[in-house]
Amino acid sequence: MTQKLGTVVSGSVDGGVDVRLDAPVSVEDMAVGRYVTIEGQKQRFFGMITDVGLAVTDQQVSQSPPDLSDPFIAEVLAGTSTYGTLHVLPMLTIGGDAGLLEGPQPVKTIPSHFSLVNLASDEDMEMVFGKEDKERYWIGNPLDMETRLCLNLEEFVKRSNGIFGKSGTGKTFLTRILLIGMLQKSKAVNLIFDMHNEYGWEGSSEGSTHKVKALKQLFPSKVAVFTLDEENSRRRGVSTDFVVRIGFDEIEPEDMVLLRQTLNLTDQAIGAIYQMRRRFGKGWIESTLEMRDTEETRQLLRDLSIHESTFDNLRRGLEKVRRLPFIEPHVATDAVKSVLDYLGRGMNVVLEFGRHRDITAYILVANMLARRIYARYQERMEQAMAEDTTRPTPLVITIEEAHKFLNTEVATQTIFGTIAREMRKYNVTLLVIDQRPSGIDAEVMSQLGTKITCLLDNEKDVDSVLAGISGKSELKTVLSRLAAKQQALIFGHAVPMPVSFQPREYGTAESYRHFAPADAGQVDIEELWG
Amino acid sequence: MEERVGEVIEASTVAFTAQCYELYCLPPLGSLVSTRQGEVELYGIVHHAATGSLEPGRRPIARGRDEASEEDIYRSSPQLLKLLQSEFCALVVGHREGGEMRHYLPPQPARIHGFVYLCGPEEVREFSQSFGFLNLLLNAHLQTPPDELVAASLRRMGLAREDRHDFLVRAGRELALLIGDFNQLKSILGRLR
Ligand SMILES: Nc1ncnc2c1ncn2[C@@H]1O[C@H](COP(=O)(O)OP(=O)(O)OP(=O)(O)O)[C@@H](O)[C@H]1O
Ligand SMILES: [Mg+2]
Repeated sequence: MTQKLGTVVSGSVDGGVDVRLDAPVSVEDMAVGRYVTIEGQKQRFFGMITDVGLAVTDQQVSQSPPDLSDPFIAEVLAGTSTYGTLHVLPMLTIGGDAGLLEGPQPVKTIPSHFSLVNLASDEDMEMVFGKEDKERYWIGNPLDMETRLCLNLEEFVKRSNGIFGKSGTGKTFLTRILLIGMLQKSKAVNLIFDMHNEYGWEGSSEGSTHKVKALKQLFPSKVAVFTLDEENSRRRGVSTDFVVRIGFDEIEPEDMVLLRQTLNLTDQAIGAIYQMRRRFGKGWIESTLEMRDTEETRQLLRDLSIHESTFDNLRRGLEKVRRLPFIEPHVATDAVKSVLDYLGRGMNVVLEFGRHRDITAYILVANMLARRIYARYQERMEQAMAEDTTRPTPLVITIEEAHKFLNTEVATQTIFGTIAREMRKYNVTLLVIDQRPSGIDAEVMSQLGTKITCLLDNEKDVDSVLAGISGKSELKTVLSRLAAKQQALIFGHAVPMPVSFQPREYGTAESYRHFAPADAGQVDIEELWG
Repeated sequence: MEERVGEVIEASTVAFTAQCYELYCLPPLGSLVSTRQGEVELYGIVHHAATGSLEPGRRPIARGRDEASEEDIYRSSPQLLKLLQSEFCALVVGHREGGEMRHYLPPQPARIHGFVYLCGPEEVREFSQSFGFLNLLLNAHLQTPPDELVAASLRRMGLAREDRHDFLVRAGRELALLIGDFNQLKSILGRLR
């Protein structure tokens, strides 16, 4: 149902338009983040309410307030001498010279004086965001609306995307919802670096009492779970597909560079890493660690002009890596090949870290695997282009704690920085999840196609997420008014205009039935409802 | 049902004055009256009334010293009813031409000796469908304070309507938009009940 709210009284393209509310409309029923339509003379506008205000026609009204205990006076003054205002940021136009066929267009002008303003109806929203269909996936509902907010996932995965929000706002839940969508409605496959064991299989009951199912449980035939901690996975009853071990001899200097901060390596130690690699070849870490305190060693260090304290610093760091339980001197299985095999078959791979949740392990493994997998993608893509054969399946890599890989200091050196900057050149994109987006390099942030952000309470984080978007200060208000949980603002490439929404409910038996309907190809869903 | 209340004795574009047929038979302050001018029906709102000597130079004198009641004065001097007269002034607030009600001034003033009628409820309802006349009332330069006049006319129109409360609220809102001075608005609203 459309409801007339009021009329446009002033405005500009830059600052948005001011709307005077009609008498019967109470400001208390308005909310920032809601959508309105404005009937201009030649086109319809779509806009978001970004502020709600109170106004009086005459200063005397505030100075000598009328006796509102008299219902007659109150009724007369509401909406006349005292009235509500809205500030609306127009975002899209429909119709007009561009014609109806072209669909919604970005705004280049504003509606004329006294254009009527209505609350956007469910049909209006559907017209802008589209209906659920083969490519469009229902991610949630616009705040206070029945309509389903649908995202074109084919478009979504074409670029790297980000999910932000402070701790406990629902990033992980939202990510699960999106992963399920991609798994069903996009042609992309996913590789998920699952630091907290939340995406493959239901989390351990430690800490939380309520377990929610994860991808492999809902789509066993489409998801493979890799683990770095076999024992932990077994104890949790996870059916794993592959146990990942990392060989010492597989670690390259580039993999160490990223660990600089977590291992407290000095600049000189980083330099020494490259020298050691050059000197000892593939087995450089073993060789470095084996060096005894002999004259021979000292001579070598002098030759390489590595200071003794630098050498100690490096060894301490390498020791820490060696102590990671999944590291072995040499490993016969090839985790990279195995991941690629699964991906090649259209399976999605979740890599669980088990108990190895310390950031060193996460950064090392994610970076090592991603770098190698990306290199293979690059080769295959170049080959496919040269020979005009089929290209590798688009790949989306999900990482949590993204700022560890993408902060300004390392973004230029890590594979993740490269992927984010090269867009989809080699059919690989990122889904980055972070609670401190201000920690992510600004250029990387600007490359993210679509951003979904839950509540953020740090000014710097808000600024970094909203950087470069038009109507930034207005959207800031909207963002800061999101609920502490399960509400988010989405904007960017995959949506025609920013919209705040409530992500779908995830975690009830009912919700699993919706996310994984019986025809989705999974076995024995009945069992899961128990 | 219209009731004839007098006859025009003075007329201009913006107002007319009428004399009553009977002493003291005056239409109330703020009531809607009409008079014809050819094909055009003129509407006025009574803003002023007076009773006095018929001849300008002769003032009435006190007569009741030996009478028991006021009525007895008139009874003992029946000629008084001929020597005194009541008259009222109406501000022209609209007209009807070709069936259409217009809330602005007519092309011609009223005619002298035109009969003046007090409008019945139906006509009042029709006239008060919209509030274009309020502006004329608010801006007239009259002896009667405009706040009083506006309030009186709206109160009277309200009496002719079943939706009296809604009507007054609508009128109040219209006034709120017309009047810039909030204290004046409050003063009128306070007189509407
Ligand atoms: N879509 C949803 N459906 C149901 N519950 C939700 C949803 N989104 C969030 N929640 C609730 O909010 C809680 C926190 O969500 P989640 O674990 O996704 O937060 P997070 O942002 O990933 O936090 P952290 O930064 O600590 O990892 C969940 O345990 C759940 O109770
Ligand atoms: Mg989380």
